[in-house]
Amino acid sequence: MRKVFLVILLLLAFPVAMQWLGYLFYVSFASRVLIYAIAATSLNLVLGYGGMLSFGHAAFVGAGAYVSSILVAEGVASAWIGWPAAVAAAALLAWIIGAISLRTRGVYFIMITLAFAQMMFYLVNSMKAYGGDEGLTLPRRAELGLGVDLGNEVAFYYTVLAILLAGLYALHRLAHSRFGRVVVAIRENEARAQAIGIPVYRYQLVCFVIAGAAGGIAGALLASHGKYVNPNVLHWIQSGTLMIMVILGGVGHLWGGVIGAAVLLGLEHLIADHPIPWLAQIAPNYQQHANLGVGIVLLLIVLFAPQGIARLLERKRNARP
Amino acid sequence: MLALSNVSKRFGGVVATDAVTLEVAPGEVHALIGPNGAGKTTLIGQISGSLGTDAGTIRFENTDITAWRPHERVRLGLARSYQVTSIFKRFSVMENLALAVQARSGSSFSFWRPVASETALFEEARNISREIGLAERLEAIAGNLAHGEQRALEVGLALATRPKLVLLDEPMAGMGPEESQRMIALIGRVRASVTVLLVEHDMDAVFRLADRISVLVNGRVLATGRPEEIRADPNVRRAYLGDELAA
Repeated sequence: MRKVFLVILLLLAFPVAMQWLGYLFYVSFASRVLIYAIAATSLNLVLGYGGMLSFGHAAFVGAGAYVSSILVAEGVASAWIGWPAAVAAAALLAWIIGAISLRTRGVYFIMITLAFAQMMFYLVNSMKAYGGDEGLTLPRRAELGLGVDLGNEVAFYYTVLAILLAGLYALHRLAHSRFGRVVVAIRENEARAQAIGIPVYRYQLVCFVIAGAAGGIAGALLASHGKYVNPNVLHWIQSGTLMIMVILGGVGHLWGGVIGAAVLLGLEHLIADHPIPWLAQIAPNYQQHANLGVGIVLLLIVLFAPQGIARLLERKRNARP
Repeated sequence: MLALSNVSKRFGGVVATDAVTLEVAPGEVHALIGPNGAGKTTLIGQISGSLGTDAGTIRFENTDITAWRPHERVRLGLARSYQVTSIFKRFSVMENLALAVQARSGSSFSFWRPVASETALFEEARNISREIGLAERLEAIAGNLAHGEQRALEVGLALATRPKLVLLDEPMAGMGPEESQRMIALIGRVRASVTVLLVEHDMDAVFRLADRISVLVNGRVLATGRPEEIRADPNVRRAYLGDELAA
């Protein structure tokens, strides 16, 4: 518990420290990390808690990004309309995709969620009115009102942080609720869950929709952050990246998505922006292959800490087989 | 209470159950015996709904449940245990039982309130743990329990749904003599409140517990009757019991 407060305190103090040191760029970078933390955490709900190997989570992030961006492009700049609309659209999409996909299991489930996400990818690619494959540039970020200017990097950071912390608290509550217990039980032993009277499909679908909705808010924030959205936000590589974040951080761990997003994006940034002279001498353009470094780290984690970084950081409590 | 009429199941060309007609009366312990591959577990699957039924009807308390899904049948009061232990291995004994109690006690679409605050669930789980002899092991992780304890929890999960009829698929599977005695005592206690359909190879247990016995051979019911009738039935002796009783 003390560790959690320390982390929150550090996150709260971060922009102040960066401003003082004159590294304001890092505040914007940190906002990006926190947005990905929201997206990865929402995936962790289906993947980690629910045990559903969804390979199409980018569809929900993308739906949120596009719906909120289209609203801004059409002159509806208020975040109070754009963000709830993003959540609603992502939830609706998750309901449709989930209702069909959850009738399958295993590899078929992975493939069908992937296929749906790719369909969405090609759909936005063909939306010429909203940029098509070139993407959609926004005149400004969404407007929050209340005297908060989201164009200001520090204000934007705190807004994202507030949403992330609210989301984490909600996930914490959910994980310990009746619903959370049931979802985890289905992950652990689906046949038995059914045999004690749990309507498995219904609970999995609701879990899928909640996660999709949360992915939608991440998408809206992502689009607002860069004032730009393009179809790549729905590409399967994006789904894969979110999956890697969850696996790195800790599958089914409250902080898994946050840690995974921070480590992955941090690593990418480190490799790309901080050349190592001796390595550059051997392999001159190694920085263009940052993913190789990420891949090696992922391999090490999967081999030596398959439960993710979050559990590495935890003291070992009563181990469960 | 439970009435099967001409229930059949085919796996490809193999006939697993063949026009099974069987009735389980309220309050009785009805044993289902037969050689390996006779279709006993298939029949349990069909009654519980995890396997479909190709032909025939299954009625429970005068409701036709042939096409019902497993969780719906549990709601109606029809629960099962598995031959191969199927518990929530990473949950504690308490969490296992509380989950089963929760599954029966209304909807679980509650997203905010901690389940730990629902003392009624845990009170009932504690009662069931006493019933199955695991009251001292509530905090143990189910996967770490001894085999006999896991088998008891297996039955406990079915009982925690407060069934009217419980299907026990070889509850004594893999048990030593001492553990078997404990399981026999458990079923002896349970029968006071729950009707039991018991699949078991342990003839000692079957003849001690059963009010009536049905013998299944090659997917067909060869005979149904009281234990002494079954013991004396020449067909049954030839097809199955002969070896068992001679041994």
